[in-house]
Amino acid sequence: MIRIVVTPEAIDIAAELALAEAAAGTGAVATFTGLVRADEDEAGGVGTLELEHYPGATEAALFRVAAGAVERWSLGGATIVHRVGPMTPGTRIVFVAASSAHRAAALEACAYLIDRLKTDAPFWKRETRAGETRWVEARDTDTDAAKRWEDT
Amino acid sequence: MRLEMLYFAWVRERMGRSQETVDVPAAVTTVAALVDWLAARDAVGAEALADRGRLRAAVDQAFVAMDATIVGAREVALFPPVTGG
Repeated sequence: MIRIVVTPEAIDIAAELALAEAAAGTGAVATFTGLVRADEDEAGGVGTLELEHYPGATEAALFRVAAGAVERWSLGGATIVHRVGPMTPGTRIVFVAASSAHRAAALEACAYLIDRLKTDAPFWKRETRAGETRWVEARDTDTDAAKRWEDT
Repeated sequence: MRLEMLYFAWVRERMGRSQETVDVPAAVTTVAALVDWLAARDAVGAEALADRGRLRAAVDQAFVAMDATIVGAREVALFPPVTGG
């Protein structure tokens, strides 16, 4: 079971977890939750973070990431929920879950889901600090994290 | 060749639009050539697309390299490196 949600609504973890646990043959569910960071600085840190995306292509890209995890670890289920639109620090921005028979596959697949979605899905962050807005730059560490899952 | 262009994030802001339909000469067959053509079209395009190293592209909603073909494509998107998650 693959579940992909791209939404401006708040992420309901209890509901998502219940769905992940209901996947056939599940004995282990590993999840990751990403929150908007304040990244405090002298100017007071991030006031708002806005997520832009490429409707249609985003869902397709996330589906490919999830399908890759399901195939590689023979998962019973993979969930990716990503919030879009304006958010404030502390808000849940992303939630992923991997449902498997055993913990090792669930834990590894969970890391794969979040690492790959960071480089493979068309989202762009724009943050506002002290009234000034800028686009967040991509990080090499994200590319490196995604690369460790490349097939050798 | 008619193409639907989509622009995202700072590419959208600098282009001053989120989408447009363009009629591209037949000699323009790759994403890189399309970017060159858009940059040569007017000052706004030249400015918006100047930093080629920070441009990424999708053809018909799939991420591609800049040397990818656009022959037969319907939709091409240009954008900065992604920053989701």
